Amino acid sequence: MKLDSKIPSGPLETKWERYRSEVKLVSPANKRKFKVIVVGTGLAGASASATLAQLGYQVKTFCIQDSPRRAHSIAAQGGINAAKNYQCDGDSVWRLFHDTIKGGDFRAREANVYRLAELSVNIIDQCVAQGVPFAREYGGLLANRSFGGVLVSRTFYAKGQTGQQLLLGAYSQMMRWVAQGQIQLFPKREMLDLVIVDGKARGIITRNLVTGEIESHSAHAVILATGGYGNLYCLSTNGRNSNVSAIWKAHKKGAFFGNPCFVQIHPTCIPVSGEYQSKLTLMSESLRNDGRVWVPKDPKDKRSPSEIPESERDYFLERIYPTYGNLVPRDVASRAIKRMCDEGKGVGPTGYAVYLDLRDAVKRDGRDVIEKKYGNLFEMYEKITGQSPYEMPMMIYPAVHYTMGGLWVDYNLMTTIPGLFALGEANFSDHGANRLGASALMQGLADGYFVIPYTLAGYLAGESLSDVTEEHPAFKEARLQAEEHIKKILSLKKGHKTVDQFHRELGRIMWDYCGMEREDERMKKAKELVHELREEFWENAIVPGDSNSINQSLEKAIRLVDYFEFAQLVIEDALHRRESCGCHFNIRYQTEEHEAKRDDINCAYVAAWEYSGPEKSETLHKEPLKFEYVKLAERS
Amino acid sequence: MSRTISVTLKIWRQKGPEDKGHFETYELDNISTDISFLEMLDLLNERLTKEGKEPVAFEHDCREGICGMCGAVVNGIPHGHVKETTLCQLHMRHFKDGETIVIEPFRAGPFKVIKDLIVDRSAFDELIKAGGYISVNTGQAPEANSIPVPPENADQAFDAAVCIGCGACVAACPNASAMLFIGAKVSHLALLPQGRPEATKRAISMIRTMDEIGFGNCSNHKECEAVCPKNISIINIARLNREFLKAAFFSNQRY
Repeated sequence: MKLDSKIPSGPLETKWERYRSEVKLVSPANKRKFKVIVVGTGLAGASASATLAQLGYQVKTFCIQDSPRRAHSIAAQGGINAAKNYQCDGDSVWRLFHDTIKGGDFRAREANVYRLAELSVNIIDQCVAQGVPFAREYGGLLANRSFGGVLVSRTFYAKGQTGQQLLLGAYSQMMRWVAQGQIQLFPKREMLDLVIVDGKARGIITRNLVTGEIESHSAHAVILATGGYGNLYCLSTNGRNSNVSAIWKAHKKGAFFGNPCFVQIHPTCIPVSGEYQSKLTLMSESLRNDGRVWVPKDPKDKRSPSEIPESERDYFLERIYPTYGNLVPRDVASRAIKRMCDEGKGVGPTGYAVYLDLRDAVKRDGRDVIEKKYGNLFEMYEKITGQSPYEMPMMIYPAVHYTMGGLWVDYNLMTTIPGLFALGEANFSDHGANRLGASALMQGLADGYFVIPYTLAGYLAGESLSDVTEEHPAFKEARLQAEEHIKKILSLKKGHKTVDQFHRELGRIMWDYCGMEREDERMKKAKELVHELREEFWENAIVPGDSNSINQSLEKAIRLVDYFEFAQLVIEDALHRRESCGCHFNIRYQTEEHEAKRDDINCAYVAAWEYSGPEKSETLHKEPLKFEYVKLAERS
Repeated sequence: MSRTISVTLKIWRQKGPEDKGHFETYELDNISTDISFLEMLDLLNERLTKEGKEPVAFEHDCREGICGMCGAVVNGIPHGHVKETTLCQLHMRHFKDGETIVIEPFRAGPFKVIKDLIVDRSAFDELIKAGGYISVNTGQAPEANSIPVPPENADQAFDAAVCIGCGACVAACPNASAMLFIGAKVSHLALLPQGRPEATKRAISMIRTMDEIGFGNCSNHKECEAVCPKNISIINIARLNREFLKAAFFSNQRY
């Protein structure tokens, strides 16, 4: 199969406009006849559900939480980018596009990213109209701040709870259509499989997490907006229930997986404190706007941070990267922090932490100003660690945060399975090898509000789709397989280790052997270790209970089994890429300053993996990336 | 400083909605005071699983106090005794060595217990469905800065909008009222010019739905405000009452 990204021809600036003018439309009378499944109710899923319902489609929306309002987009803190140029500081659609391509280390598609930048301005209008309470200036107009890695202030925010406010906006719009009967809502459902009829996505199999019932749902198209797979690493900033299973099942049914090894490690998280830690908490990187990152110059210096004079501190980001200082892109900051700790300069009880100090900013701007900007983040830090950032510098360390990889999609956001679309973090499309701060929210909402409504119509209008109901044999077969799979997992009663224990071990292997710094031999070793752990799982795991009611151990086990398979693909992808780029750092490919060294001649492509069957190596397809508008250059 | 404590847990166990339910007692030793309350429950569940017993079912997701999924009544107080803190952000350093901790689900008529500490809070979605939104279609929005909002209004709207929908307010209220929940939503939208066109309809419809579902009314116990992990003020209930009365007396909307 040849990959076709279906990028419209013509100049970059007018591609999307032309696409919209030329795309086939579905007549209002026919829209009513089309059923569309949306899995996931984060920013992408909720915004897509609301907009498709508004257009007249019959939408069926699924989420794993008890309410769609709880999807993990809710935890995004810092903000959302938009090229409004309200600050008159030289921003433009072009600059946002340029920054995103460059920040992604030239591993994203120009046409997709340009469209994203273009749509960013509409998102802000839409959200304000919905009542999202963004921060405002004294005159009542919208406020902006600058955010990790850029030189303009284009980030809109609602204190440190921007994701929450945007999601509640999208959720409220969705509920409006639920009230009108245009959306049927299925909370507490986990997708177990994708159903394909005549080569097209025609429905899903779900498990009702309350009753345990296995259900079939048919439709004319399926949209996956199920988020990222950071929990492969067990400890991450993701919600505990976020998982790879929906997109992994789609992958096994024929959807190619794009760049799975591109996993973003966020530099500013609260460090790991102990073995039973269940998750890592992000401290928004907006803190880096006013905070200074440092370690003691002398690794043996164990004094309290307040006793270490200015001259004996190493503000290493400012020292190594004078242009951007503390605002360097996430991957660069993360690796610099890791390097300091590996050199023994780390602080805190474990030595795996550095200081993020806002006390200079408090002195400069006053406590009131800083509290207004970061008050809730400081409270959160104090709740977890018991220390006040006004008095002591915070301690931070990098953690897995976001996955740029995901299902491969074309310009229409359609996967290699006709009728199956992937939106938001679940697709691979816009962030290349590294996502800029405040761009995840932008992408989720652009995909859901403004892209899928057009591209879905293009698909539905152009296909002749036969009538398929839940009685079709393909549903019966998929349901039986799902039931068998659950039965097999539930037969694990005699082992000695819990599912959580196995997940922690898997996460540890991935973090140590395929994490922030990667090395060929260690990655090969990781493949063996994951394989052994998986074997042990089927011998020695305990999964209590049955499948007739809420069984959280079973839910976790189903997800973990998919992670075991998926882990091998992540390692394979990391091993095959013969370069370092963005978040993917193979120590063989680095500059003298320890920066990622790209190979634009041989590696400017998207790795799209095709599933070839159980225990078989996957087949690699390459989508070459052409840069016609942004000049390939090293990041400074 | 990190230390370890031992605690006795009395936890509500209930197999399903029809089961009567009962308390079970568990002893836990060597609990680091650095771990969170939910991590303590994780530890208990790990032990129960290894003993071949069924772990305690409880809801959780983000574990950073924003998704609103977690929640239980700890020693009589929803989310426990530490102010402005969700259960996932409550840490064991706030408990004493040797303490007995009683853990129950959020209890209220409209919140049916599904299993152990998990309750059905879908009634909150029903309330939002009844009008907790501004009717604006995708694509209809005017330029964002064409609607200036005085920052003090924007701030108050934000303070109301931070509600995480956890349900602690209902669990704490002797009347099982959802007035703080809908008060927060009505206030958030009523304080913004974008929300005014539907303010009348919204207040009436949300109150009516709240009554239909079986939530009680507010009789000023202020328990909701005291347990709200997001510090949502009962000023929002006053504002809801004002919006409701205005709507009932001066509009053609009828309750």
